[in-house]
Amino acid sequence: MPGWLNRSQLVLAAALLAAGVAQFLSNRLDSYVLSVAMGVGINIILASSLNLINGFTGQFSLGHAGFMAVGAYTAAVLTGKLAPQLQPIFGGHVELLFPFALIVGGLVAAVAGGLVGAPSLRLKGDYLAIVTLGFGEIIKVIFQNVEYVGGAKGLNAIPDYSNLFWVFGTTAITVYTVWALMNSTYGRGFLAVADDEIAAEAMGLNTTRYKMVAFVVGAFFAGIAGGLFAHLNNSINPSGFDFNKSIEIVVMVILGGMGRHTGVILAAILLTVLTELLRQFGDYRMVIYSLLLILLMLTRPQGLLIWPIRKSASRRTT
Amino acid sequence: MTELLQQVINGLSLGAIYALIALGYTMVYGVLRFINFAHSDVFMLGAFTAFYSSRALGRWGFAGGGFLGGLLVLVISMAACAVIGVLIERLAYRPLRKRSTLTVLITAIGVSLFLQNGGQMVFGVNPKAFPNIFPSQTFKLGGLVINSNQLVVLGVALALLSALHWIVQRTRIGTAMRAVSFNATAASLVGIDTNRIISFTFGLGSALAGAGGVLYGMNYPSIEPLMGNSPGLKAFIAAVLGGIGSLPGAALGGMVLGFVETGVSGTRWSTYRDAVAFAILIGILLFRPAGLLGRNRIEKV
Amino acid sequence: MNRSPSVLRPTIGSFPTSWPTALLLGWLLLAGGCRRDSSPATSSTVEPIRIGEFSSLTGPLAGLGQYTHMGVVLAVEQINATGGIAGRPIELLAEDTGSKAGTAAPLVRKLISRDHVVAVIGEGASGRCLEGAYVAQGAGVPVVSPAATDPQVTAVGDCIFRVCFTDPFQGTVVAKFIRQNLGLRRVGLLVDTGSSYSVGLVDFFRKRLLADGGEVTGEQRYTSGDKDFRGQLTALKASHPEAIFAPCYFGEAGLILRQARELGIEVPLLGGDGWEAPELVEIAGSAAEGAMFPVHYSVRSTSESSHRFIDQFTARFQKPPTGVSALGYDALQLIADAIRRAGSTESPAIRDALKTTRGWTGVTGEISLDEERNARKPATIVRIEKGQLTFVCTVTP
Repeated sequence: MPGWLNRSQLVLAAALLAAGVAQFLSNRLDSYVLSVAMGVGINIILASSLNLINGFTGQFSLGHAGFMAVGAYTAAVLTGKLAPQLQPIFGGHVELLFPFALIVGGLVAAVAGGLVGAPSLRLKGDYLAIVTLGFGEIIKVIFQNVEYVGGAKGLNAIPDYSNLFWVFGTTAITVYTVWALMNSTYGRGFLAVADDEIAAEAMGLNTTRYKMVAFVVGAFFAGIAGGLFAHLNNSINPSGFDFNKSIEIVVMVILGGMGRHTGVILAAILLTVLTELLRQFGDYRMVIYSLLLILLMLTRPQGLLIWPIRKSASRRTT
Repeated sequence: MTELLQQVINGLSLGAIYALIALGYTMVYGVLRFINFAHSDVFMLGAFTAFYSSRALGRWGFAGGGFLGGLLVLVISMAACAVIGVLIERLAYRPLRKRSTLTVLITAIGVSLFLQNGGQMVFGVNPKAFPNIFPSQTFKLGGLVINSNQLVVLGVALALLSALHWIVQRTRIGTAMRAVSFNATAASLVGIDTNRIISFTFGLGSALAGAGGVLYGMNYPSIEPLMGNSPGLKAFIAAVLGGIGSLPGAALGGMVLGFVETGVSGTRWSTYRDAVAFAILIGILLFRPAGLLGRNRIEKV
Repeated sequence: MNRSPSVLRPTIGSFPTSWPTALLLGWLLLAGGCRRDSSPATSSTVEPIRIGEFSSLTGPLAGLGQYTHMGVVLAVEQINATGGIAGRPIELLAEDTGSKAGTAAPLVRKLISRDHVVAVIGEGASGRCLEGAYVAQGAGVPVVSPAATDPQVTAVGDCIFRVCFTDPFQGTVVAKFIRQNLGLRRVGLLVDTGSSYSVGLVDFFRKRLLADGGEVTGEQRYTSGDKDFRGQLTALKASHPEAIFAPCYFGEAGLILRQARELGIEVPLLGGDGWEAPELVEIAGSAAEGAMFPVHYSVRSTSESSHRFIDQFTARFQKPPTGVSALGYDALQLIADAIRRAGSTESPAIRDALKTTRGWTGVTGEISLDEERNARKPATIVRIEKGQLTFVCTVTP
């Protein structure tokens, strides 16, 4: 083992390599399987990044789809409308323009996350939930009214740059980042905020700053997921990033077990595949989905994919 | 001036409906501290119950369109929704009483999805034309135009709000409700059957949502299984705006939201209507987190 | 707060070993889950010709999608009952977009790569038809849209066709009709900014109206799914228009008509082809009287083939068809005709055959596809009288 890489970094490197190999072999798969696979990757990014906010830091955000929208629109404008100006800078190399667009999309989403977070993170629990929901809807309405990005028509003819390499490479990086962050000394602060904010404050932690960091980092990855989604789906529309989309991501996080790395990833995979599998049931699809959701909550409320662990005292505030 | 007055009337009838739905959110939050996402679908069921019951009444020779017939349809819908509300609580939420709020929240989302999609299968997906359950007439006062439906909406909403106020403030069960809402543990210690009170609260809130559904159907006579989404979200905003857990707050919040929405609709910013509603909500929460009439809770360790 | 969300203590440190397992499991799920049995469509051993369809079978626009779908189904059944195409039956694979934006692309991708359809019937709503059109164009599979009127749809590429007229044409027709037939000048506009159809149509309408010396007294906006238009209508009323143009789909239209009359707006109300659905009259009731809009085809048309279609449709589904049913029927029949003419079920051959469609007779009239792959057809203006669509006039392109 080279000295400059620890075990988890090795896994990350291996995952990136695997994504590359998968891409190399992907022409053997039909494009439907490919698109479902990429959908899985994008949902893992969304769920893991929301997990940072809702799970590890214990803040309840319902506006994740809004940040996804910001990233999706930014990236789509960069590879679409602004491509003629940008292409020369990258010497016409799409493989450079696309990651640039993704990262810029993520950064803009992170800025949006900061702008939303700064005022709202003073609030707690349900209040934070409704305020983030509100901001998410406001972002949607703004996109609906901006002619430059197609208004309510949305953006069409977005090039299909997303492939297995980009999607799963990004997925690996996202999961690694969230994991590494939570396992750093700094990361323990997030858990402290989630466990008992007042106690954390009393211990001298700057809880607001922790919440902000979680929010901005979460928004950044949601933005990247948005960029990947736009370049997978070829078209984006403001109404696709509504409250229901946010709920979808929240359900993944809760099913996976709030604040679990693996559980949330598995839940993202499971729910994405499940939605596709249920397609053959036609009209019954969403009825079955909702019944499964209720049943799961009644029988395994700690999260579907959680194995028994040391039980912790649940947080108590009065 | 006429235009302004007209907009005030439009806002009043919209606000009254929001207020009725918002009350259900706020009451459930008061006793259980969670957002009942399925509430907006109970509202939808109220409209559909009215649709089918007024048809059935018509078939049995009960002349539709009369004032009494309309009231009967309203009462049937409220009763049906009360039963549905109690059932939902009993089957889906009560088993989770000891679990975290989030578990219940996701269950509520599941129930909501179930009612919407089940509704699409049972009622069909196409919008249905809501019948005229009350005699409809248009009055003109100068340039002002008032439809009798708008008056019925206002009248019924006011009557229900007063009835609710009486139940909560003057009856034994209302007192018990307030006690549970104030401190559930202490309430059970003094011998209040909290489960019964919670059931009652769900029934009451759902009946109001049912009435809201009927009034909404009268005002906007196109009903479909997803019709609860938008008014549900707005009523929820109204509840938070007024101070979630506060009954007068919910009523006030509903009215404020109704006025704001109608006001914005008449300007060139009409497409920003939802954004404005949310912006006001965010503003209020940031400067007065407990809402307009809510009590400030101080968080203690 | 009494019971704020309690969070289970997160386990950390399990990441490095378990997450590749997660990925692996995901792949297994995918590989296992996506293997779908191709359903045996007929008892014969003949391989069926697979044609895809994506439309709004559920959601607010289900009225549009369901009626289109019924027309398509009727055409498929009739073709199969008479021995299919060159002895091969048609298998229809219908997917539901749920009237939601962003759903069409994956569905079309699935139809093409998984179900191997040779041609696709497109969604009637322009927004989602566009989403799917890009995917189909990329894969070289022809799409025929029954009712997507947005000009952008067929501009996507040489695989995308339609059997209806377009919004520039429709907008022009209504503007011309208001200026010349009704002799009115001052028009108020009510736009659904949530629908590309409504926005586009209003643009083309305004251009023509202004060019013809008309005037826009006011423009009010709302977003799809809204139920309350009183605010907008009150403001429009205050601008004293002589007519109001409010293109949208029937769900909103019914409420707009009703609320406009309740607010004492007496001027003529006009819309686009999206107003045509039985629900319009059901929702608006007596307020629908006098409403006018263009349709692709009037069910009161006199031609013999359209009478036969109405009878057959009514016998099959126990309700009369709407304009989009006839368009759906024509879209499928046109594809079948193209397959016969091409003598092949290869997508490029079908596409080339579609391109050369001239003077083909469908139930909605004679269809010729121009270089932009649009059908050149006249529009019929209808007015609602006693709850029925009544012919007003025909405007030819």
